[in-house]
Amino acid sequence: MINKRKTLGMTAYILFLLVPIYWLLNMSFKHNDEILGSLTLWPNNFTFDNYIVIFTDPSWYMGYVNSMIYVSMNMVITLVVALPAAYAFSRYRFVGDKHLFFWLLTNRMAPPAVFLLPFFQLYSSVGLFDTHIAVALAHCLFTVPLAVWILEGFMSGVPREVDETAYIDGYGFGRFFVRIFLPMIRSGIGTTAFFCFMFSWVELLLAKTLTSVEAKPISAIMTRTIGAAGIDWGLLSAAGILTIIPGILVVWFVRNHVAKGFALGRV
Amino acid sequence: MNKVPNNKAWFLVLPVFLLVAFSAIIPIMTVVNYSVQDIFDQNTSYFVGAEWYREMLRSPRLLDSLMRQFTYSFSVLVIEVPLGIAVALMMPAKGRMASLCLILVAIPLLIPWNVVGTIWQTFSRADIGLFGWLVNSVGIDYNYASNPGDAWFTVLLMDVWHWTSLIALLCYSGLRAIPEAFYQAARIDRASKWAVFRYIQLPRLKNVLVIGVLLRFMDSFMIYTEPFVLTGGGPGNSTTFLSQALTKMAIGQFDLGPAAAFSLIYYLIVLLVCYLFFTIINQQDNAK
Repeated sequence: MINKRKTLGMTAYILFLLVPIYWLLNMSFKHNDEILGSLTLWPNNFTFDNYIVIFTDPSWYMGYVNSMIYVSMNMVITLVVALPAAYAFSRYRFVGDKHLFFWLLTNRMAPPAVFLLPFFQLYSSVGLFDTHIAVALAHCLFTVPLAVWILEGFMSGVPREVDETAYIDGYGFGRFFVRIFLPMIRSGIGTTAFFCFMFSWVELLLAKTLTSVEAKPISAIMTRTIGAAGIDWGLLSAAGILTIIPGILVVWFVRNHVAKGFALGRV
Repeated sequence: MNKVPNNKAWFLVLPVFLLVAFSAIIPIMTVVNYSVQDIFDQNTSYFVGAEWYREMLRSPRLLDSLMRQFTYSFSVLVIEVPLGIAVALMMPAKGRMASLCLILVAIPLLIPWNVVGTIWQTFSRADIGLFGWLVNSVGIDYNYASNPGDAWFTVLLMDVWHWTSLIALLCYSGLRAIPEAFYQAARIDRASKWAVFRYIQLPRLKNVLVIGVLLRFMDSFMIYTEPFVLTGGGPGNSTTFLSQALTKMAIGQFDLGPAAAFSLIYYLIVLLVCYLFFTIINQQDNAK
């Protein structure tokens, strides 16, 4: 009886999550006149035209490529700097460690709107405006603190004895770190990469401000569908659906680590 | 774990420090610099001291959006936290269904924020959206573009749709970490469902809930993209939250000085609330 109620509740919640997405999917297969003309639960004239427009026009599909490039750059930069730092936080006590850790976290709390203008000027003045790396660096502001936080939790789960045994066996720090330590926390690394992807992929405000042509993200290009003749709903929906797919792929790959990763180590 | 004192560890932390300092300290200093000057163009500016701060703290624009922001963040927390816990309790514990549920529940979190806005924009329009159409056909007059109450309702509903999953996933992972022995002991004591929840599950969820509440507070307090796409801050100013008021001022009107003062006040409020929250939680822990 109770299990039945649980299943029912869960189904209701998942329906609540999926119906709006279904509506977008539904609209993406319609022509604009059908969308505006009548309310249909599924497309009467099923069409791939909206998707064809996106996949044949470079100014559209380059948006996806640009987003992918800066998200991957962000993931790599974040992991490269956060791994040693998290190791230091989990293993050593040093001057100002607690303050530094808290300071890192406060950056996660900074509203992006606050940084908008200074970022624009900073990156313009060093000649990085409208490059992928600028967006990747800007997103590091909130992915790095989170990554250090998550990784530190995972690393604290590995006993110190492992490090000491390796050093006694004659491993140097670099070789030990790459060969022994990293494989031991690979699910932590996976989770961190997932979170970096998640927060960098969905962010629009900074990405839009720091780019104009060359590195313009897909989310900014989507506003093009709003023209003088009104909004091209079909095209807009198709573009939206295509931005959801990478997220689903990523969550599929990490599904077994999600529960563990969300525990985020210690607080 | 016992940590070894070793100041050479700074070398490992240095890259993070430099990277974050580059993208945090320099911009913040720029903002501080702007906030005390009256800027006419690139070469003409006057030092005005705390003038902008005084003006901003008296400005109805800031105070109105601040009130709206607090109401909004508070409602978001009140709805999402209990709902998220409930969803986590309903999720199956293991097996194929568990993975499937995890994936489905995580989907809203991975949708770009402007697309979330787009989804709800189309979904709740009375002429082309299923939701708007349904509500209107039941006989309730609903139009989020012209009625402030409806706009609020839609923005809240969108946030619940978007972010309840985060609380649910956090709590789900917290629940999985409870050893089976706890439940067995409860069964032996013939504890009721409610007692199991109140005395076993809830205390064990405390840590993840702290993270969840903090993340939700911070993120709902800086919300920008979703209401911007959905309502554009309207009708009138009824859904203009802090971030949007700020970007309007900084980029739309280019009032750099007041906008910078506004930014710093905004940032300090977030820091202050998070700090208070942390302190209260820590004190409760110490009191035990």
